[in-house]
Amino acid sequence: MSEIADRALEGCQVSGARVIRWLEDGEPRGAEAFRALYPHTGRAHLIGITGPPGAGKSTLVDALITVLRSRDLSVAVVAIDPTSPFSGGAILGDRIRMQRHATDPGVFIRSMATRGQLGGLSRATFEATGVLDAMGYDVVIVETVGVGQDEIEVVDLAHTTVVVSVPGLGDDVQALKAGILEVGDLFVINKADRPGADDTEKHLLAMLHGRAPAADGWEPTLHRTVATSGEGIDLLAESCAAHRSHLEETGALDAKAARRAEHFFLELLRSLAAQRILEDAAEDESFSYLIASVRARELDPYSAARRLVGAFELRIAKDEN
Amino acid sequence: MARRTRVLLAKLGLDAHTIGVNVIAQALRDAGMEVIYSGLKQTPEMVANTAIQEDVDVIGMSSLSAAHMTHFPRVVELLRERGAGDKLVIGGGVIPDEDSAALLEKGIERVFTMGTATTEIIAYIEAWQAGRGAGRDT
Repeated sequence: MSEIADRALEGCQVSGARVIRWLEDGEPRGAEAFRALYPHTGRAHLIGITGPPGAGKSTLVDALITVLRSRDLSVAVVAIDPTSPFSGGAILGDRIRMQRHATDPGVFIRSMATRGQLGGLSRATFEATGVLDAMGYDVVIVETVGVGQDEIEVVDLAHTTVVVSVPGLGDDVQALKAGILEVGDLFVINKADRPGADDTEKHLLAMLHGRAPAADGWEPTLHRTVATSGEGIDLLAESCAAHRSHLEETGALDAKAARRAEHFFLELLRSLAAQRILEDAAEDESFSYLIASVRARELDPYSAARRLVGAFELRIAKDEN
Repeated sequence: MARRTRVLLAKLGLDAHTIGVNVIAQALRDAGMEVIYSGLKQTPEMVANTAIQEDVDVIGMSSLSAAHMTHFPRVVELLRERGAGDKLVIGGGVIPDEDSAALLEKGIERVFTMGTATTEIIAYIEAWQAGRGAGRDT
């Protein structure tokens, strides 16, 4: 049994934070600790907050923490910002908005960089939420990077997905197109004290009206908030809790959990399989030859990839004999 | 997946100057590091908690308002109390030489004064990381 996992289970922030770090860095001891933590996951309410850049997601999370804490719930946050494609570095500034909670022992905030992951999450978001869940936080909030139209991976992670918009993004809620509109459970018009909030609400309602009814029978709710003043946040928190209850009552929570587990597993499998094949290929000079052939257009990428996988299979078969 | 150096940059005390810290944040990012910026007017408790939750390797504190003599050592103390004393703590800002010497004795590993080139800070962090190697496991 992993000692660090034991301490994390007791709620030790130093230990939990270190396990997340190992998982993020792909260190084997991270996987080892996670094995011990995984059976203890499944209790937290996972809330995803997504929306375009500048919608006020971080400030909304900050206000939500305040309300949840007043209800005596402990809260963990994973806030994601993009990695620079050039240097691999990142500036993670989401928590600036949440620093008033920095000394509250019932709050844990972790900033993560996407590290090349697409879809609005970071590479180890699933793992991080698992660790925080196992540590005993009642609510785990994931704030995605500022997303556009199709970055909806958070839906596979969260029980409750909150889509945040703001007035003035364009006359037909430009930044919230099909994908993202179809997946939200709750919709927020933040900065609702600004001009144009009524229009935004009208457009959102129209688009939600045209949405196919959810299989679990949940009617998406629409909220107007001013996160900087806390206006509307109480109702938002209540609606989040109501959504969770709805999922429990209808049995949809189990379906979500199953989908989440499968998604997590398949993602991991894909990355492990690719890593294994690439490691194998790295020992072989045919790899650089294949890349050169694709570059020279002597071979198409499909055939090259198949050939590489074929070579891998052959080597495995040989090892078995 | 490569290990990335994570750095917390925090401003302690009451000054509101952000240009310097922004320049450093961008330079560290461009050097491939993940920089967590926690904003202005941070207390030692906020800095220590943030460093722990973010599990950073390095904490860079800046003070332009004479808060350094009490605040910087307090951060080191808090980290050690909680079993997170394995982080590199460095400081910068308007800090007189005699203060620097006192801070070095109190667990601040290095004090960069005004005018330090960002390349020097990057080189220092990278050398520290390389020296620490794979021995980091607590």
